[in-house]
Amino acid sequence: MIVRVRYFASFRDHVGKDEDRLPLAEGTRVGQLWEDLARRVPHFAAFRAMPPAAVNCDYAEAARILRDGDEVAFLPPVAGG
Amino acid sequence: MHLTTGPIDAASLLLEARPSDGGICLFVGVVRNNNEGRQATAIEYEAYAEMAEAEIERLLSSLRERWPQARVKIVHRLGHLEIGEASVAVVATAPHRPDAFAACRQAIDRLKATVPIWKREFYADGTTDWVDPTRAP
Repeated sequence: MIVRVRYFASFRDHVGKDEDRLPLAEGTRVGQLWEDLARRVPHFAAFRAMPPAAVNCDYAEAARILRDGDEVAFLPPVAGG
Repeated sequence: MHLTTGPIDAASLLLEARPSDGGICLFVGVVRNNNEGRQATAIEYEAYAEMAEAEIERLLSSLRERWPQARVKIVHRLGHLEIGEASVAVVATAPHRPDAFAACRQAIDRLKATVPIWKREFYADGTTDWVDPTRAP
């Protein structure tokens, strides 16, 4: 299955692009996807815990199982207002 | 739509009141010329727009549940803003002021905590940085 991963603000700067389309094994959870990314992106490796994550535009827990076509985003600390 | 790239007309939000409303509480957030001891010259706001719209809708829905008498409207600006420009406006109208104050306060506090919007500050020394409210001072 394929999921779309989007990067915003400081995360986009560190990854160097807006998004990825990543092939994942069926049953992959949000937390496992984060661990995969942390192995590849030095900035993410420094995190002690997974940052807030969203699946299909709503906050999601690390245990959430991803489906084909899902849009995932890990969110830098929000700073609106 | 709660996100806009154009200037926010805060005064027009005061027209949201119904004849049965006795109070209007308007909060306007503006770009400040300093942050954490550094002199700022401008801010650039960025959003995960689809999620920010959805998250504001969820926020408004929870406000309606908690304060059924109040009506709340939120507008957040994106893009490049100069010092003193309005970045966000929240208006809460209600029959009586306690609900208007409470709903307005809750709206801006939750927006700042959960809505996926980020800001990059530009400083007088030519550097820039993403604002991180979770960073220890």
